[in-house]
Amino acid sequence: MEWQQLAAALFPAGHTVTETDHFLSGSAQVDGHTIAVIGTTNHAPIGIEIALAQAQTILTIVREQPQRPILILVDTQGQRLRHRDEMLGINSYMAHLGKCIELARCRGHKVIALVYDQALSGGFITSGMMADACYALPESTIRVMGLPAMARITKVPLERLTELAKDNPVFAPGPDNYLRMGGIEAIWEGDLAQQLVEALANANGSDRRAALGLARGGRLLAQPVIEAVLRAA
Amino acid sequence: MNSYLEANARERLRHLLDRQSFNEFLPPSQRIVSPHLAQLDAPVAFDDGVIIGQGFLHGQRVLAAAQEGGFMGGAVGEVHGAKLVGLLQRAVTEQVVAVILLLETGGVRLHEANAGLIAVSEVMRAVLQTRAAGVPVIVLIGGSNGCFGGMGIVARCANFIVMSEEGRLAMSGPEVIETASGVEEFDARDRALVWRTTGGKHRYLLGDCQAIVADDMDAFRQAASAAIPACPAAGVPLTLAELEAEQAMLAARLQDFGTQTEPMDIWRRIGIEDPHLVPMLEATEFTRLVSNSVARAAAQQGVS
Repeated sequence: MEWQQLAAALFPAGHTVTETDHFLSGSAQVDGHTIAVIGTTNHAPIGIEIALAQAQTILTIVREQPQRPILILVDTQGQRLRHRDEMLGINSYMAHLGKCIELARCRGHKVIALVYDQALSGGFITSGMMADACYALPESTIRVMGLPAMARITKVPLERLTELAKDNPVFAPGPDNYLRMGGIEAIWEGDLAQQLVEALANANGSDRRAALGLARGGRLLAQPVIEAVLRAA
Repeated sequence: MNSYLEANARERLRHLLDRQSFNEFLPPSQRIVSPHLAQLDAPVAFDDGVIIGQGFLHGQRVLAAAQEGGFMGGAVGEVHGAKLVGLLQRAVTEQVVAVILLLETGGVRLHEANAGLIAVSEVMRAVLQTRAAGVPVIVLIGGSNGCFGGMGIVARCANFIVMSEEGRLAMSGPEVIETASGVEEFDARDRALVWRTTGGKHRYLLGDCQAIVADDMDAFRQAASAAIPACPAAGVPLTLAELEAEQAMLAARLQDFGTQTEPMDIWRRIGIEDPHLVPMLEATEFTRLVSNSVARAAAQQGVS
């Protein structure tokens, strides 16, 4: 979905979101309140510039609009795969972005994320996955890495991975698998504006994903292992 | 010298902590293994490639974890990640002096793709929650697999990173970049370039790790111990001031070095007069050279 179309559906009361080099920012009216909006579009590769721009926007919100809710719109092909970005420490830039979102949550900003197109790997764990709750549209895709690179690293033949990516819950890229594993809170269909209002009302800072994965039957060991460590003598 | 690089995860923990003080949680005898590897006919490990537990470091009680690079490159799957999350949560309730993470990992275990990605995200948030509760998180990197992928991000969420020059810290591995963008973008077989781009000395020069030590168990032990008081109580949780300072530091790095393509050119700009010497120096000589060079460069800037 184009971001303009998405914004119109999410914010019927109006918004000021604009795009600069695949980076979205602005504010919107939701249920009589102003919220901040940041995100990316066109399957943006997250290089160090766009990570830094998003982090700066969040720090400005934290400083100037205490407790204003934040919506993160996710569409990324993951971290930019360049020697130059690695040389300059792209992991530090992405960690910085994740820490800025965490700081916002700790200081009382509700943070909601919506995967409206693609989400991938490092670009996702430092954006949508840092939110109080991450939602997804039904046609979105969430994955870890392109299959050719995955085949090279795992030494599992590409044909086998391609087969698994069709419907295996661990490998298939659909949001329903992430829903069952607890990584996605819910999939939004129908009235997006209303679901955003409810998501903001229900936002809760604790990380419940392992418990959700257990309750939904998609990730059966994470929560029991966490609890076993807490109990271990 | 007792090499950290060549030791396995258990040996590292044994040497890092006070003699016979380590007590493992969920040891291999409990056989808690990955639920996902069987479908790929991949072998399992009874500790899922990570050892967690409690012990003492110079008499101070800590929780510690060590990833085993010998099992799937130390990559994080569902169980592996949950062990780390449980350990970090336990540190909050027990208010130990610190959590020490001996990271050696390629990041998300691709054999558990989606479950591994969520697990890395949970570890990242657990590190920050532990810091928020006032318990410092200290990362050691010196294994032959380096610290990559999502765990390269997690490492930079900790309070303090100790690396050896053999240690490597980055995001996408050279093989991933070469596969996706071509050998002309990053030649994964050019070991010297890989080292200059991701190795401990480069990270130290950029400010992405706080200490660099020789590849020696005792050196890591001393550095880990010294790191605990180096995390002042007020600075353990994230603060706006810290992140605004980091924003300025990362913006300046992009401004100063954003058009560079060769790490040695960056070292020269930082103030290292002869960057070709850097690979030859042992850790203490190197840190001395850096502090002298940076001080001289700062003084010259002050004059001009």
